[in-house]
Amino acid sequence: MAMQNIGRPSRPRAADLENHASLTGGRGLLQDEPLIFELGGWEKTGVDLPAPDRDAADLGDLVRAEPIGLPGLSEPEALRHYVRLSQKNHAIDLALYPLGSCTMKHNPRLNEKAARLAGFADLHPLQPVSTAQGALALMDRLAHWLKTLTGMPAVALSPKAGAHGELCGLLAIKAAHDAAGQGHRRTVLTPTSAHGTNPATAAFVGYQVAEIAQTADGRVDLADLAAKLGPDVAAIMVTNPNTCGLFERDILEISRLTHEAGAYFYCDGANFNAIVGRVRPGDLGVDAMHINLHKTFSTPHGGGGPGAGPVVLSEALAPFAPVPWLVAGPDGFGLIEEPAGEAARAFGRMCAFQGQMGMFVRAYAYMLSHGADGLRQVAEDAVLNANYIKARLSAEMTPAFPEGPCMHEALFDDSWLEGAGITTLDLAKALIDEGFHPMTMYFPLVVHGAMLIEPTETEPKRELDRFCDAMLALARAAKGADRERLKGAPYLAPMRRLDETLAARKPKLTWRPGDSTVAPAPLAAE
Amino acid sequence: MRYLPLTPADRAEMLAAVGAPDVEALFRDVPETARKAALFDLPRHAGELEVERELAGLAAMNRPAGAGPFFCGAGAYRHHVPASVDHLIQRSEFLTSYTPYQPEIAQGTLQVLFEFQTQVAALTGLEVANASMYDGSTACAEAVMMAQRVTRREKAVLSGGVHPQYAAATQTIAHAEGMEIVRLPAAIDAEAAVIEAIDQATACVVVQTPNVFGVASDVTKIAQAAHAAGALMIVVTTEAVSFGLLKSPGEMGADIAVAEGQSIGNPLTYGGPYVGLFACREKHVRQMPGRLCGETVDAEGRRGFVLTLSTREQHIRREKATSNICTNSGLCALAFSIHLSLLGETGLRRLAALNHSRARELREAVAAVNGVEVLTPRFFNEIAIRTPVSAAALVEACLADGVIAGVPFARLDPHAGMDDVLLLAATETTTSDDIAALAASLSKTLSGGAR
Repeated sequence: MAMQNIGRPSRPRAADLENHASLTGGRGLLQDEPLIFELGGWEKTGVDLPAPDRDAADLGDLVRAEPIGLPGLSEPEALRHYVRLSQKNHAIDLALYPLGSCTMKHNPRLNEKAARLAGFADLHPLQPVSTAQGALALMDRLAHWLKTLTGMPAVALSPKAGAHGELCGLLAIKAAHDAAGQGHRRTVLTPTSAHGTNPATAAFVGYQVAEIAQTADGRVDLADLAAKLGPDVAAIMVTNPNTCGLFERDILEISRLTHEAGAYFYCDGANFNAIVGRVRPGDLGVDAMHINLHKTFSTPHGGGGPGAGPVVLSEALAPFAPVPWLVAGPDGFGLIEEPAGEAARAFGRMCAFQGQMGMFVRAYAYMLSHGADGLRQVAEDAVLNANYIKARLSAEMTPAFPEGPCMHEALFDDSWLEGAGITTLDLAKALIDEGFHPMTMYFPLVVHGAMLIEPTETEPKRELDRFCDAMLALARAAKGADRERLKGAPYLAPMRRLDETLAARKPKLTWRPGDSTVAPAPLAAE
Repeated sequence: MRYLPLTPADRAEMLAAVGAPDVEALFRDVPETARKAALFDLPRHAGELEVERELAGLAAMNRPAGAGPFFCGAGAYRHHVPASVDHLIQRSEFLTSYTPYQPEIAQGTLQVLFEFQTQVAALTGLEVANASMYDGSTACAEAVMMAQRVTRREKAVLSGGVHPQYAAATQTIAHAEGMEIVRLPAAIDAEAAVIEAIDQATACVVVQTPNVFGVASDVTKIAQAAHAAGALMIVVTTEAVSFGLLKSPGEMGADIAVAEGQSIGNPLTYGGPYVGLFACREKHVRQMPGRLCGETVDAEGRRGFVLTLSTREQHIRREKATSNICTNSGLCALAFSIHLSLLGETGLRRLAALNHSRARELREAVAAVNGVEVLTPRFFNEIAIRTPVSAAALVEACLADGVIAGVPFARLDPHAGMDDVLLLAATETTTSDDIAALAASLSKTLSGGAR
């Protein structure tokens, strides 16, 4: 071992430590990587396939004659390309990823292994149900867990993501109103702090959206809600815990008032991870709620999906659930396309097939691993971690709602930066240089310069402290003499700040032949 | 518990720092009546071995497609995916990252999306593509609603060759948004009836090729008729490998092309997660749903990528957004893009030709069976057949021989009066032995008089 050091300096000389540029533009382990279209493999392929033994003469003029324009890579080149690209990403496996409202928690690899079992991965959605009983049984068990954890009697599994689940919930509500002769109800109420998907979904279904005011302590303003609830209101959409990271204290009164006005209570379940195993939304008067399996039940976020957004439904809404329905019969489980019986009034279909099976397997594996006891601990640790961050960072920063505990995320405003000339954005970008992914910025909209920090339960205390130390150091720097430096951050990331205005003004969304190609690295002089 | 790093000592120390006597105090805003003191009636935590055992048990109750001769298609296709694809998508930096909100530390994901968009635009023969949708069926619904925004008209005409579950999802979702959906009756040559259904109120025409019966057709004339009426032409494709052999939607006049991308890079997984492809003409890009990645430069002038045109999206526009979509299908898009990069044009064309070749062999073999009528004239890798017995009964009988013979059309649309129609697909994974086993089983069943 020691031999490798013979003749080499064991520590760098001072001169080596100065800002140093390489001769060819390389940056050590961080490789620059051209686009696949610039790698020149127009005739290459990394897949060996046998020659077809029948031709395509029967297709005549349907055959594609023109070049498609797809480059190919050999397998080693493909590995290099994607591994190099991967190294430019932050990831939860690398460090804390405290994106508030997004719930970036550890993704167990057992779940990945389970989803890849041939019995799940190599299963066709339309093969005979008699040959897919294990898959249907898993869906049934997942449904049982979701219903038990939420205290709700029914669940529609098919929605493909949270926003798709919102759509499913509102369509069930609309169908229920129509069936009851209440189709004239045209308004959906959402708090000003709602996720953008809530008003977008309501508008999508054709509802007028009206906002509910927020109290000074970050909750739904009951008086305003009561004033706006009327015979035209179809539903309220409330996130609980809400997007300020606070539990709606008056939730029982909110649901009572809503039901009294003949409206339904749609709960955005994006933050269910804060209360799972401890509180059942069914006990709070919720009529419909989507559950982001990728948040609470830790299916991987994969750089932006796929998600999964099953929707639990109350007794009143269950008959309107979309097809297919999963039913147990004497011959096992079946998928019903046209539910029979007086009560069955499915509003339609959310997508082809029966939902995100691969995510169901992962979420179910996660549930089994934690069990009822572990899931309760999940909520407790998520909330404790957030409160710990809130307590530590309050030394330098201003919590948006200082009174009382928060739930699973800590929200700060930018009033502590007043006069410093430094923004939430600057702080977020500087955090990148410290090795962390920034928190959610400028959301919720009701808090000025919002910084929403969600650590999740899978962070060790050491990592929380490391993050708080970095955040506090930055906070002091933001108020210090050298603060201008923060405006240029990040300095140490694979890229400096990117010009988003340019991207939007002249959108360039695809590579085209003739686009400037990356010049080959100059050869070192012999 | 193996996923929870806090120790009891950590928790005590942290509670002290917070100034709370116990964790219960942190939940004090929850009404007392709603706080559950007891554990829910569910099993307790379990070790990796126990969990694996239960899931393996459930998986074993299923019959994987690869366990024997298998001919299901109808919107999901069994293809071989190179081992390196699944390895790469499990890299921590891809698997455990999120939507690239901070582009300085997400260039990996963003560059992949830019490459993906370019690949999808090339495949579909259109100018721009988005960073993916949930799947083909929801992409179809989004395309119809986009046509409403572009044309300010309310009616969509859906060909009877569109996958019935795509049509149903489109009807549910786009109708909710206020559109009138005209679904033409299911028919093998459904495209013939489309032109007559177009009028001056039509926002878009939706045609699938190859259609749900496997029929590949040139839809140029339909596109011309749509354009003459001021409507948009939407072309749906459920088998993305077909882009390697058949004329592209763009070439045939499509304004929007949507497709299911599962066939490239993604396993069947009982119906999801899949990846919706969405491409359109550049002039309509601002009405496009979903996320878009665009090129730009950083503060040092180096090329980089960011999410762009987000002023169309829900987090900015709220109730005025083009769509309520928040997430896309990132990891499935990555798998698609890696597989397609490995294939390249040469490989994709070879793969498509191979699929077509296998399907020709399938067609020849089943056409030779007494009682089988092949309904599909020109096809890519899928055909429809009619037999004297119900397709459901036929599938049941073949299953006894270990053959999964295909998808009865009635499973997709029970009211079309096509109980005797069976859809069969062949891919590069289908062997001559598989085809021989199918033909033998069909022959036995049809001559034996199974009903």
